[in-house]
Amino acid sequence: MRHLLGIAGWRRDELEALLDRAQAHLPGGPDASHVLRGRVVANLFFEDSTRTRSSFEVAARKLGADVLNWSYAGSSVSKGETLLDTARNIEAMGPAAIIIRHRSSGAPSLVARHVKCAVVNAGDGAHEHPSQALLDAFTLRQRWGALEGRTVLIVGDVLHSRVARSNLVCLKALGARVVLCGPPTLLPPGLEEMGGEVTHQLDAVLPQADAVMCLRLQTERMSEAFLPSQREYSRLFGLTPARAERMKPDAPVLHPGPINRGVELSPAVADGPRSVILDQVANGVAVRRAILEVCAS
Amino acid sequence: MTTVLFQRARVIDPRNGVDGVRDVLVTDGKVARVSDAPLPAPTDARVVDATGKWLVPGFIDLHVHLREPGEEGKETVLTGCRAAVAGGFTGVVAMPNTKVVNDTALVTELVLSRARDAALCHVYPAGAITKGLKGEELSEAGELIGAGCVALTDDGRPVMNAALMRRVLQYATQFDVPVMVHEEDLTLSAGGAMHEGATSTRLGLRGIPASAEVAMVARDLVLLEETKGRLHVAHVSCEGSVRLIREAKRRGLRVTCEVAPHHFTLDDRAVGDYDTHAKMAPPLRSDVDVRALREALVDGTVDAIATDHAPHGVSDKLVEFEKGINGIVGLETALGLTLALVHEGVLTPRRAVELLSEGPARVFGLPGGHLAPGAPADITVVSPGEEWTVDAHRFYSRSRNTPFHGRTLKGRVAQTWVGGRCVFEDGQLKESR
Repeated sequence: MRHLLGIAGWRRDELEALLDRAQAHLPGGPDASHVLRGRVVANLFFEDSTRTRSSFEVAARKLGADVLNWSYAGSSVSKGETLLDTARNIEAMGPAAIIIRHRSSGAPSLVARHVKCAVVNAGDGAHEHPSQALLDAFTLRQRWGALEGRTVLIVGDVLHSRVARSNLVCLKALGARVVLCGPPTLLPPGLEEMGGEVTHQLDAVLPQADAVMCLRLQTERMSEAFLPSQREYSRLFGLTPARAERMKPDAPVLHPGPINRGVELSPAVADGPRSVILDQVANGVAVRRAILEVCAS
Repeated sequence: MTTVLFQRARVIDPRNGVDGVRDVLVTDGKVARVSDAPLPAPTDARVVDATGKWLVPGFIDLHVHLREPGEEGKETVLTGCRAAVAGGFTGVVAMPNTKVVNDTALVTELVLSRARDAALCHVYPAGAITKGLKGEELSEAGELIGAGCVALTDDGRPVMNAALMRRVLQYATQFDVPVMVHEEDLTLSAGGAMHEGATSTRLGLRGIPASAEVAMVARDLVLLEETKGRLHVAHVSCEGSVRLIREAKRRGLRVTCEVAPHHFTLDDRAVGDYDTHAKMAPPLRSDVDVRALREALVDGTVDAIATDHAPHGVSDKLVEFEKGINGIVGLETALGLTLALVHEGVLTPRRAVELLSEGPARVFGLPGGHLAPGAPADITVVSPGEEWTVDAHRFYSRSRNTPFHGRTLKGRVAQTWVGGRCVFEDGQLKESR
């Protein structure tokens, strides 16, 4: 049993091994329905997320586990129960793993310190979203074979993005070069110390990228005046067909979803030949099966 | 009142320029003699062999939250005083942000009355600048000071309204008490849980930029210059603030400041894996800021070390980092953390003592802080080389929230004397009741 609280703390060989394992869980792979048979996997989602939650649920079921879906809406949390009390109550039901999504950075880590079962971080605040980073790396590896020496460009609201942080750590660990691009108000300090390169000039870096990862513009942040308008953001950082022309011919476009169509990504690019967005979703199940296998079995 | 003769102590008394082996005679609650020749012991005297120990003016903490009235589960005046004397403090300034705010003489009198009942150390209440700490209307400073308040502060909250801040600086000049400020521009710190920097980025926590503090220090220094008031900047945490304060002092402004031991000991990396025991306001800053604070402690920019002792219950800290309440207890670790700077060669023993006793007394105009004949016999006896391990479960404070649990410190309080009475000795309280 081990936790997956973030990519940070995992060695390269461990990450590679996990991705190799995911390979075996792709459709058509050997039957794995015995791996967690008779075990319970608890989905503890304090924040809405249909995609990640469904993906973990499908992954758990394919490993033969029973899934306990717990949702904060109308739960004891709304009656004032603390995170730890909730987690301990779920733990008392004997799950092999608790998958936790929470709006506060560090919440899974707090839970992991106080429960005995495995804890898998399904996204915490602006900290990490490790399963997303792993499925992104898996998708790129599927295409390239290896990430060593490749340049991945991450564009958008890095400040509020757990996906960006996990990807930065994961891609660096796997040997890629990572460039982060966005308006200065959405690029926090210290990204260089985490191994990233920072730029605000999208057009200048696009030709260097072997892959472009667009982040969802968190439109709810607009009221806090990080940006003048969506329109301006789209003009400066939106991946339009014209911009995509500047990319290397075979460079894929990734997006963690959900997409704000026409804001960070033009529909023509999102649905075009470069897009691997649906591959990401499909790979997500295989990667999460591997995660549960490693952490919960 | 007993007579006490301390023999062969290393007396460090910065105000009177003493640093050497002396005998000290205490009678009637006051220092009677400090002599470099051995003094004969009066027949009724208690004789304390202080060989190898430091005998220094009792420490004074300008910044303590005693939580009474209102949050007695966290601390009371009594338990706070116990923690104080266990930490070598003979006087503490009690912040007014209790639940009933100390914005009337009634609350001041309550705190003073509890302190008299505790009968351990001096408690000096500070009164609120604004009624209910709301930042809207000035509280009745004259009444508060008349009842015994030694400073005015909305500590815990900044005075965001610049016009109001200007007015209180002006108004307080008639009483000549310092206006103590918690400097935080709330528009810059909004939503922040820790210092803004590489660590906050890595942890995905909203950061509080240093400018949230520095900008307010700058504003208040401008207002200070105009009003000719007295400003005391509480818990200074960053390089920009000490630079501005240093420069303002050079220009003769009546500004003083304090630094908390956690801010000169730890940087933002101490948050580690979302440790709420490293969550406080202002937050732990960068290593550059820590270095700047240490320099400011050395060069005289900082007037006092103050703990910002902020007791909280376990459930206030055992939560998501963003939800965790700010603050740590500090009274019982302050000496050890300060002496760490002496052992590292950053501070001289004399300067360390000055920052803990003479400096705070001078800044707030409090009795004590020195050992000349006639001074109150508020004395701390220190075993400077004694190593001990911080065990929060053994604190006299009612709360245990410290990031220093388990840390080994060198330098411990051997005895605390208040008004010539021993109130703490060999790890034990000596309560009169």
